[in-house]
Amino acid sequence: MIRLQDVTRVYSTGETAVHALAGVNLDIGGGEFVAIMGQSGSGKSTLMNIIGLLDRPSSGGYAFGGRDVSQLSEDARARLRGSAFGFVFQSYNLLPRMTALEQVELPLIYQGAADRKRRAAQALVRVGLKDRITHLPTELSGGEQQRVAIARSLVVNPLVLLADEPTGALDTATEHELMTLLSELVDQQGLTVVLVTHEAEVAAYARRTVRMRDGRIVEDSGAPLVAAAPDGPAR
Amino acid sequence: MSPLDAFRIALRAIFANRLRSALTSLGLIIGVSSVIVLIAVGQGTQRGVTDQIRGLGTDLIFIESSAEATTSQTGALAGLEQSTLVQGDAAAIAADGIPGVVAVAARVAVDAQAVAGANNVGAQIVSTSSGYAEVRDLAIRSGSFITPLHDEDGALVAVLGARVADTLYEGLDPIGQEVRLSFVGGRITLGFVVIGVLEEQGGASEANDQVFVPLSGTAGRLRFLYTPAGDLRVTQIDVQTASGADEQRVKEDVTELLLLLHETPEPDFVIQSQDDLISAATEVSNTLSILLGSIAGISLLVGGIGVMNIMLVSVTERTREIGIRRAVGATAGDIVKQFVTEALTLSLFGGIVGIAIGVGTSFALDGRELGGQEMTTLIQPWSIAMAFLVAAGVGFASGSYPAYRATTVDPIAALRNE
Ligand SMILES: Nc1ncnc2c1ncn2[C@@H]1O[C@H](COP(=O)(O)OP(=O)(O)OP(=O)(O)O)[C@@H](O)[C@H]1O
Ligand SMILES: [Mg+2]
Repeated sequence: MIRLQDVTRVYSTGETAVHALAGVNLDIGGGEFVAIMGQSGSGKSTLMNIIGLLDRPSSGGYAFGGRDVSQLSEDARARLRGSAFGFVFQSYNLLPRMTALEQVELPLIYQGAADRKRRAAQALVRVGLKDRITHLPTELSGGEQQRVAIARSLVVNPLVLLADEPTGALDTATEHELMTLLSELVDQQGLTVVLVTHEAEVAAYARRTVRMRDGRIVEDSGAPLVAAAPDGPAR
Repeated sequence: MSPLDAFRIALRAIFANRLRSALTSLGLIIGVSSVIVLIAVGQGTQRGVTDQIRGLGTDLIFIESSAEATTSQTGALAGLEQSTLVQGDAAAIAADGIPGVVAVAARVAVDAQAVAGANNVGAQIVSTSSGYAEVRDLAIRSGSFITPLHDEDGALVAVLGARVADTLYEGLDPIGQEVRLSFVGGRITLGFVVIGVLEEQGGASEANDQVFVPLSGTAGRLRFLYTPAGDLRVTQIDVQTASGADEQRVKEDVTELLLLLHETPEPDFVIQSQDDLISAATEVSNTLSILLGSIAGISLLVGGIGVMNIMLVSVTERTREIGIRRAVGATAGDIVKQFVTEALTLSLFGGIVGIAIGVGTSFALDGRELGGQEMTTLIQPWSIAMAFLVAAGVGFASGSYPAYRATTVDPIAALRNE
């Protein structure tokens, strides 16, 4: 489903160039549940942004669902992003002054989808927020806000859910609930989940763990396809 | 994203910052309403002046001495003394058989004081002949106008304008009463018998404040009206043309005749038809309208800058929102649409409220006394359409650049954990 080949991402800040990604090869199949770990600054978020088409690689190839997406136009990327990917961030990134239902409707507006209210309500039910539909972000706990964000990313029935430290701001109990929810989504609905985390307990929910350092993948717990590649990660 | 969705998002953003939105629209409200009011006042004034000129009569051509035309029109004697127009000119025009000429009336207008009993009033004394009432469409309330008989016998009779009569006689019947007219600062005073009172004339007609006397009667008694050569000086000659006559032709023929009579190569008089006067007045008031409109237009521009300013602030404040929208699939076009719609909604709101206030104010001002003058306002549909279009244009223009700026927001930076 996701195939990155020798992807680099170079930030040039003034004189110096920062190699946030320095040649990443990664294959993720449909229905996988992958945890990405690594030190701060190792390029995890950069990788997620490139996978989710929020950012473009400086060089290298990216194929999504067998299709080269590295050369897509800005608008085509926006559309594919809206329909195939869901994002969940550490800071929930909800819009202020919008009810949970309206937050979840948002992606559907940009898809021009019909039946938005019903679908949004369904997504909220799916993440266990049946009784919080008309609540504003300020009226929700951190865990509940993160669930709204997950509902928002699920409402378009994406193929891939990208979660960048989704439990970073949550207590252990809430963290457990959330990870259970993600596991269920993978198991029951075949969703592909890529998760960035610093915590081993969180990574333990995933089936595969990828470890990064200095913009490279240095360890991959189970990557049958990538292991066979000439420029494999486990060097 | 459908336009309706864009509109909903815009309304939400506008209502989230009610006070700020209201203040932003205020600039446009003031701009749009003042454009409408100022144009209505300008056009109303024009209509008033045009009506007044039309009220002078129909198909008229006015001939005035150049000297008279250049001095103040208060009937100053200085102007009269320099007048080169004489009664003989009027007679010559009437006798010349110029095609299209129906009637000719000469008049001498002098300011005087009218006195009856204990009452007195300043009035313009128009010395003329019996044909004048017809030429000027003057209707009689009681008695009669100057008759051809009076033209002959030089009787000292007077016809009073409606306001003069009302002031002097306060509701009593003035017919047969004596009115004393005092000329040249009281040096010459003559008694006249009132033979008629005019109907109150509409609009700002000067006839209400005039007194009409036979030229033949006053002429013999007011020595200063004569030229050294013994001709009777007049201030104005009115020529009435047949309806449908070629006024331009008549003007040329009359000019030619007068040049001959005055033995001068260059006209020492001004000849103007009613249409000339109307188009001159229209030109003046159009210039005024444009001037007023431009001043109001500047306030519209300032209003537009206000909208743009707020939209720029709004984009900066909402980078996070923009990032979120991009992450859930908004294209650059969607973001542009959102901010342009927001600016457009703000501006059109300002435009519509401004139109309502402008139209309301114009109605309220109509017929009001302002600085001793009655205001006439004429609301122009085109000014409403123009104000609305300008407001829309302002919204579009002032929303476009901020919207473009919004698309340059880097969603990754906007979404980064703070
Ligand atoms: N816009 C940018 N301009 C310049 N350098 C950047 C930019 N974004 C990221 N970087 C650099 O790229 C490198 C990788 O950043 P990234 O955010 O991917 O790290 P991360 O692994 O997600 O870290 P963390 O665990 O702290 O979130 C860092 O050294 C960072 O300083
Ligand atoms: Mg990160």
